Amino acid sequence: METKIKYYLQIADNALILSHRLSEYCSRAPFLEEDLANTNVALDLIGLAEAVYEEVARMEGKGRIGDNIAYLRKENEYVNSILVEQPNEDFAHIMARQFYTDAFHFYFFTELCNSKDEFLQAIAHKSLKEVTYHLRRSSEWIIRLGKGTEEAKQRTQTAIDKLWKYTPAFFIESKADVQMLKNEVGVDLHTVYNQWKQKVSEVLYLAHLKIPTSDFLIKGGKEGVHSEYLGYILAEMQFLPNKYPDAVW
Amino acid sequence: METTKKSEKELLLEFEEKINGEQKIEPLDWMPEEYRQHLIRQISQHAHSEVIGMQPEGNWITRAPSLKSKKVLLAKIQDEGGHGLYLYSAAETLGVTRDQFIQWLHEGKSKYASVFNYAALTWADMGAIGWLVDGAAITNQVSLQRTSYGPYSRAMVRICKEESFHQRQGYKIMQNMMEGTKDQQEMAQDALNRWWWPALMMFGPHDGDSPRTNLAMKWKIKRETNDQLREKFINKTIPQAELIGLKVPDSNLELLTDGTYKHSDINWDEFWQVVNGNGPCNQQRLAHHIKVHNDGAWVRESAMLTSLIEE
Repeated sequence: METKIKYYLQIADNALILSHRLSEYCSRAPFLEEDLANTNVALDLIGLAEAVYEEVARMEGKGRIGDNIAYLRKENEYVNSILVEQPNEDFAHIMARQFYTDAFHFYFFTELCNSKDEFLQAIAHKSLKEVTYHLRRSSEWIIRLGKGTEEAKQRTQTAIDKLWKYTPAFFIESKADVQMLKNEVGVDLHTVYNQWKQKVSEVLYLAHLKIPTSDFLIKGGKEGVHSEYLGYILAEMQFLPNKYPDAVW
Repeated sequence: METTKKSEKELLLEFEEKINGEQKIEPLDWMPEEYRQHLIRQISQHAHSEVIGMQPEGNWITRAPSLKSKKVLLAKIQDEGGHGLYLYSAAETLGVTRDQFIQWLHEGKSKYASVFNYAALTWADMGAIGWLVDGAAITNQVSLQRTSYGPYSRAMVRICKEESFHQRQGYKIMQNMMEGTKDQQEMAQDALNRWWWPALMMFGPHDGDSPRTNLAMKWKIKRETNDQLREKFINKTIPQAELIGLKVPDSNLELLTDGTYKHSDINWDEFWQVVNGNGPCNQQRLAHHIKVHNDGAWVRESAMLTSLIEE
């Protein structure tokens, strides 16, 4: 059960932490329409995280609710990929982080639709509809920026290069990944990686951007080792539940 | 076929007949310049208010205490941005672009609701803003659904549907806190103390001090005066506060036999100070908008270039 919960948390934590970063961006987009689109993606991700945390609380059977799981863990108990913690440096970084994650989510949830676990199968079907839209949006932005002004091209290439080293964190198998694949609950991350790589290459080609070649890769996240950013994210997110532990909001 | 050109006097007569007959004025209809200018000012100010209003609430999204409250707050702020879009679109029908409206905002030539120049200090402020600020806004906006300018009126119909949900979600936050711990109850009362008067100020100066009210009423841009709307809001909100155990911060409140309330007057010195740029967050709100707009310039320029190439 513990391994299965960890597998569930990998899915939920990615969604939670990325939605936090997108929430920070509310009222800060280059124009109003894009502010609303950004919020839409954040809302989809919170919805995904919430559903999974509630299921984890139910599986645990300790009388906790989904919010307790989302809010009350220690930093090294969060198992999201290190990529989604990366800050909102500019619109190019936000879109590059989104594009890498959306492409991962798209192929991950496509595979997860075949899971033998009923809950995961259902959540994969639901998320795939949303993620298909997310991926279309972020791919189109990468192409638009790559083919745009010199400044846009340069900023986007910088963001694509800079965030590249965090992408393996999605694909390095944790113990939970290995076990869940064996049980036909989880997905084969090698398959997901190959599809992801092909999609990323295709979109970068269409955007006239270079595929990063750096082999300096950072693998953190799934085993609870994070960047310095996560501590600040959690300090902010957990502030009220920590300060008023008896309060119900 | 021979057409006769109508005089300005005849056009004005026709325009006023339409208004008196409760017909809407549409963008291509003739309208007096003063009417157009009043609408440009009012609708753009309204649009800016929605957009600047995203900031005090945006301040708390990342600290929302539960996933549900985070979703609701985020969706609410998204609605406000959407209202900004409807209103900029309505205002653009009067011949001014959104870029121009934003430039006027940045130059200080166009204002936004002063209430957003107050700080959102605790989670209870998310309740107080929804309940009181959106509550005051909706009191005004329900009346504006019948405004004489068609695009503005239609935007208000959509906006009102969402604002009534916002008001309820704000009140729900306050209600939950008043049913909660002592800390939560104190936080809720503190938020009411800080937001009550700014919410009453949202209706603007007394009718006698509001120079544009007469014409706006005559041309049915406004359907009720500032003081009428303020009294409506006060009369419906005080019982809501009492129902959940909150005390409205006015020592002169008295329930009259006709069900309305006698109350203190607003601190008009504070009102004008905030309107004139000296509120707690005036500089901060505008600086945020200007910075974000400037930071996003390269994205807009690039997007414009690629859309031109694709065309």
